[in-house]
Amino acid sequence: MFKLFAVLCCAGVWGQGRPATAGEVRKLDITVFPDGRGLPAGKGNAVLGRPIYKVKCAVCHNEAAEGRDQQWPALVGGIGSLATPKPKKSVGSYWPYATTVWDYINRSMPFDHPRSLATDEVYSVTAFVLFLNGLIAEGHELNEKTLPQILMPNRNGFVPDRRPDVKAKR
Amino acid sequence: MRAYGERSPFEGPVRVIRELTASPGTGSSRTPHAELFGTITPSALHFERHHSGVPAIDPAAHRLLIHGLVENPLVFTVDELKRFPSISRSYFLECGGNSIGEQSGNTQPDVQRSHGLLSCTEWTGVALKEVLRNVGVKAEAKWMIAEGADAGRMARSIPMEKVLDDALLVYGQNGEALRPEQGYPLRLLLPGWEGNANVKWLHRLHFAAEPAMSAKETAYYTDLGKDGKAQIFTFVMEARSVITRPSGLQKIAPGFHEITGLAWTGKGKIVRVEVSTNGGASWADAELQQPVLPLAVARFRFPWNWDGKETVIQSRCTDETGFLQPTHDELIEARGSHSGYHYNAIKPWRVGADGNVTHV
Repeated sequence: MFKLFAVLCCAGVWGQGRPATAGEVRKLDITVFPDGRGLPAGKGNAVLGRPIYKVKCAVCHNEAAEGRDQQWPALVGGIGSLATPKPKKSVGSYWPYATTVWDYINRSMPFDHPRSLATDEVYSVTAFVLFLNGLIAEGHELNEKTLPQILMPNRNGFVPDRRPDVKAKR
Repeated sequence: MRAYGERSPFEGPVRVIRELTASPGTGSSRTPHAELFGTITPSALHFERHHSGVPAIDPAAHRLLIHGLVENPLVFTVDELKRFPSISRSYFLECGGNSIGEQSGNTQPDVQRSHGLLSCTEWTGVALKEVLRNVGVKAEAKWMIAEGADAGRMARSIPMEKVLDDALLVYGQNGEALRPEQGYPLRLLLPGWEGNANVKWLHRLHFAAEPAMSAKETAYYTDLGKDGKAQIFTFVMEARSVITRPSGLQKIAPGFHEITGLAWTGKGKIVRVEVSTNGGASWADAELQQPVLPLAVARFRFPWNWDGKETVIQSRCTDETGFLQPTHDELIEARGSHSGYHYNAIKPWRVGADGNVTHV
């Protein structure tokens, strides 16, 4: 009933809001997709990423990205452990896309100053974390073209929601 | 008189706060269910889970940008959104990680710590599909990426089916404006779906053909199974119930007690809650407070005369889809010990001969 009312009488009446300008969208749109769409032009590698990591990331994630105090997550380790009794989730073992790593560093890190890294710094820190996981060579250049080509170990480790999966008896 | 009221100074229930980082405001606080009544959680006691602190946002300066696969990218002020027809509904909100310790064996001593990432609120806002009417979402858009204006710009990808079903853009909480910790001045509300997807401080909706695969929908809030595969986009919170009184850390005396608690399901209405006071040897129906609302918590009550002997009390629920709340062992059998999120098993409480109630 309400729907009909809205369609017949009021479509447009509620139509407040103004057109977004292209510049506005460009400024706010930081979405990065697994195929690399949304990645800005830029480049970096693990050699350049190491000193940035040391200054801006190690305070939480520790010198070798092993995590700290069971509170700040490990970024390395556990590759191949997910089906064992002691699975270890890390960027290397669990995250399905390298674009997700770049995006998370870009939007949320460093924790106390998110979005303070320059685009090239994000590429370099991402490269350093992937290098620590043995996924790329230290000098391998990451840019908007090469980053989406990285095949993460757990790329095929996710399945759709299969619940209800628990069978309760009465 | 007070221009803005406070509770009696004789009243004490508070949230327990767990900071997760050295930066303040990131972590969780939990609703003290053992000390609350009815079905609505007071706004001051709604659970919190923040990933990058709580931003202070001036509503006059706040904007919602809607863009991507749309005919007309638009920007809305909060006042403009308030001019749409409003909707008020009671819905529960539960963190996908509620009770995460129960599965791994890190059982918590009381119901606040074990089940406190659940609250229920009368939310007020506008149906998202009404706002989208003039935006003109294109047919190839299958996902909506919702992003918050918190420091970390937390983002989640939401399937279009939910967007066009019952998703709300919310500005009201229990009759007044949202609390800052609940997303002031604007949040997404996805009835029955895990808390994290209900993005707070909402400032951008990006329509796309595919999900963004953001960190919070891949690295977190996914359910790792025994086979090493993880279920992804597990949005719906399945049915569960818990006795809130008597519960852990309380002490009771022999005689009459009203056992009471909460039941809820992300798939509609709770239709039945049963209580056992003898370690599961027998079960009897509890009374459900009417009306039972879909996607809100249901309050149940069960009269009990405790004889003073040690026993175990517990509740179990059934929802309108026929889903039966499982036991802990049944859940572990299906999922293993490491899925963590979306734990919904039956919660037993032991009542000792001394009247002390403890977790089992």
